[in-house]
Amino acid sequence: MTDTEVPTGGRSGKPAKPAAAGPRSAVGTRAPLDLRPSPGAASRWDMLRAQTLIELKLTLRRGESVLLTLVIPVGLLLFFSAVDVLPTDGARSVDFLVPGILALAVMSTAFTGQAIATGFERSYGVLRRFGASPLPRSVLLAGKTLAVVAVEIIQVAVLVAVGFALGWHPHGRPWWVALLLLVATVAFCGLGLLMAGILRAEATLAAANGVYLLLLLVGGVIVPLSELPGWLEAVGRALPTAAASDGLRAVLRDGAGLPVGDLVVLCAWAAGSLALAARTFRWE
Amino acid sequence: MADDLALEVSSLVKTYWPRSDRAIHAVNDLSLTVVAGSVTALLGPNGAGKTTTIEICEGFRRPDAGHVRVLGLDPARDGPALHPRVGVMLQSGGVYPGARAGEMLALLAAHHRDPLDVTALLERVGIAEMAGVPYRRLSGGQQQRLSLAMALVGRPELVFLDEPTAGMDVQARRATWELIEQLRMAGVTVVLTTHAMDEAEQLADHVVIVDHGKVLAAGSPAELTSGGAKGELRFRALAGLDIDRLELALPSGTVAREGPPGRYVIQGKVDPQMLAAVTAWCAGNGVMAEDLQVEQRSLEDVFVELTGSALRA
Repeated sequence: MTDTEVPTGGRSGKPAKPAAAGPRSAVGTRAPLDLRPSPGAASRWDMLRAQTLIELKLTLRRGESVLLTLVIPVGLLLFFSAVDVLPTDGARSVDFLVPGILALAVMSTAFTGQAIATGFERSYGVLRRFGASPLPRSVLLAGKTLAVVAVEIIQVAVLVAVGFALGWHPHGRPWWVALLLLVATVAFCGLGLLMAGILRAEATLAAANGVYLLLLLVGGVIVPLSELPGWLEAVGRALPTAAASDGLRAVLRDGAGLPVGDLVVLCAWAAGSLALAARTFRWE
Repeated sequence: MADDLALEVSSLVKTYWPRSDRAIHAVNDLSLTVVAGSVTALLGPNGAGKTTTIEICEGFRRPDAGHVRVLGLDPARDGPALHPRVGVMLQSGGVYPGARAGEMLALLAAHHRDPLDVTALLERVGIAEMAGVPYRRLSGGQQQRLSLAMALVGRPELVFLDEPTAGMDVQARRATWELIEQLRMAGVTVVLTTHAMDEAEQLADHVVIVDHGKVLAAGSPAELTSGGAKGELRFRALAGLDIDRLELALPSGTVAREGPPGRYVIQGKVDPQMLAAVTAWCAGNGVMAEDLQVEQRSLEDVFVELTGSALRA
């Protein structure tokens, strides 16, 4: 600790006290602190606000999570719209790219970021510690969800702005886009919690990044599914990332109505992953 | 259950990996009670079952058998009612790795209706200057002090402190002892675990010595150190005093002997009567007793007697 020796004859002419007199406790007793019991839980709303804010702050503070959720998606969007290497079905590349990158953005926050953060919180005993606080688990999870949604709003705003700057022309109904993003968020959150609830934190870190990369390649984000070999395309189509990017593309690029097939796939992933996560998740 | 008991544990059993051949009987028929408003120390070596017992009381683990009542409630079932009233200090962790010390304490404060002032509490535990430092960059002792503050911030009636001073420097340890004393004066019930004899002796109204998942002895430090083996009184005086006459003047069962010439040892129950009898006899015989010493057992002596081993610290 930082208590250095007081030089003799220093400070206001008082005789130097021996260190054992306890300068720290002298500081301590100055603070008015009423230790008498006055127990009680805060209101759920106050807890929810506090939890959402800390989750959001911690997410935005982690350099690697900003890299994952903002820098990489924006970088991919800029790079592949400028460099014409993608077989983009003859359409303008930015119109192909923005929906896929939006799906990637949701995946990076709701799945990858959430899985890694939750895995480490579990290994650091944060979730266990909250088990002894008045915070209900539902409020803890609601706070995490709201923080994820808040980060996604930032991501969508940035990506849409960059898209417009690159000459993007969206079509379709914004409500369908919002619905697809929402269901995709639920599905990816479920998968992230499923992974974080089973694996060790270090394993979650590796696996979540590996899955991110894999789904980036076979999820129709930058490479159209139709370019993949037949069997891989079939696998890709069943994955949530492809359903999200495909569905978003159908609405935003092609002006289609609600892509029911993709929505069903996402709903199935959401229901399945959450049900499984609820059974397997261990808080410690 | 009596109203004045903050904690009641009876016949508690917890076995890890019960069906394997390496089953660990962490807690093995352990019973104890804690009077409301007192400071109780669970004293024992590492692996004695202290933390498992505490964690069952905190609701983190379920017992295999036995009965636990915390503030009259069942920690396994009545968590929502208990959590606001009970403060918990874990042995390690429990903090978002990226959170700053002040942020984390403020978050815990936000879970409570009438929390302590975060700044004042950080100051009290001596880490006010660390408020802006991320948890993972705090030293071990500073992390402990944050953890202690997290247990107190909700103004609980009862606090469980698991190894509260482990990893602290001497000064921080003293400050923590002082804080626990202030908790007692404020009417908070404190249950702490420790493997430090001096900590238990200094702080606790009631010491429960635990090893191999069982209670070996329980009582106030004075009770634990006075009972059982005999005490000794030593003094120096002229060589060759009449030992037999001295013994006659002392309570029965007391033995006096001269060790090296001029050094006397009296063995028996050391109490005020015995002390008075010795000094009265000396005065009556014109003997000046010097270096009069009462040799009392320390808690460590008691522990070694009970377990047959020194503390595995």
